[in-house]
Amino acid sequence: MANFTPVSAAIGGVLIGLSAVLLMLSTGRVAGITGIFGGLLNLRSEDKGWRIAFIAGLILAPVIAGWIGYDMAAPKLPASWVVIVVAGLLVGFGTRLGGGCTSGHGICGIARLSPRSIAATIVFIVTAVITVAITHHMLGG
Amino acid sequence: MWIIVPLLCGLIFGAGLLISGMVQPTKVLGFLDIFGAWDPSLAVVMAAALAVSMPGFRLADRGAQPWFAGQYFRPGKSGIDLPLVTGAALFGIGWGLVGLCPGPALESLATLSPGVIVFVVAMAAGMIAHDAWQQSRLTAQRERQLAGAPDG
Repeated sequence: MANFTPVSAAIGGVLIGLSAVLLMLSTGRVAGITGIFGGLLNLRSEDKGWRIAFIAGLILAPVIAGWIGYDMAAPKLPASWVVIVVAGLLVGFGTRLGGGCTSGHGICGIARLSPRSIAATIVFIVTAVITVAITHHMLGG
Repeated sequence: MWIIVPLLCGLIFGAGLLISGMVQPTKVLGFLDIFGAWDPSLAVVMAAALAVSMPGFRLADRGAQPWFAGQYFRPGKSGIDLPLVTGAALFGIGWGLVGLCPGPALESLATLSPGVIVFVVAMAAGMIAHDAWQQSRLTAQRERQLAGAPDG
């Protein structure tokens, strides 16, 4: 567990929780990124303002961090474009079908003790663990 | 001016992902790789977020309405059904392949990394494909009902 960073993880987690509570108290909305972004892609939805504002804030965070001297490293992704595209399609389709992702189910839903969110979170963590076990250890990648 | 608040929420959320390291796929994959050099950080992020959101949401439950909206938009479904489980499983496979989920993927657009842009475009295509499929199923269902309905 040499990579374990409990302090920064706890600080970051508190901020994510604060953001979810503030969004709920102010707009009455769940801070689920799938729902926020998915609603933006739906041409018929009318409440786009707060969605655009939230996602703009999300993207601005590393930009502002860069101004104060904390540059975000570009994420390390697989070399294969096919893997990136397939993963993106699965994440997009799966989160919409399952009605949420790590934020909506994992944080907001579990906070409300929703059985759906608890079930979804267990399922996506277990399948992700199995996927990593297969790709990293069985396929030697 | 209320639009400042969701912008601020996005900024705080983004800062949380950034400080915790969860924007980095290597960090997320470290948590998912329980048979390798396991990194439990993601579990601490979730626990800390829940420690704040649980009492916070309870506070919201007591209020009649949010500051800038007429009502709370709470998820309506309650049962565990096949779409929920199938969707979560498909998401888990994609998450495990690359280590990106929707929040960190969108936030990482700030780095202008070509891989991230391709991932986000594919993710948006997956979402649009799902919504179009649902829409066509609903339309077909409605047509069947109309065809089966008695005259008038």
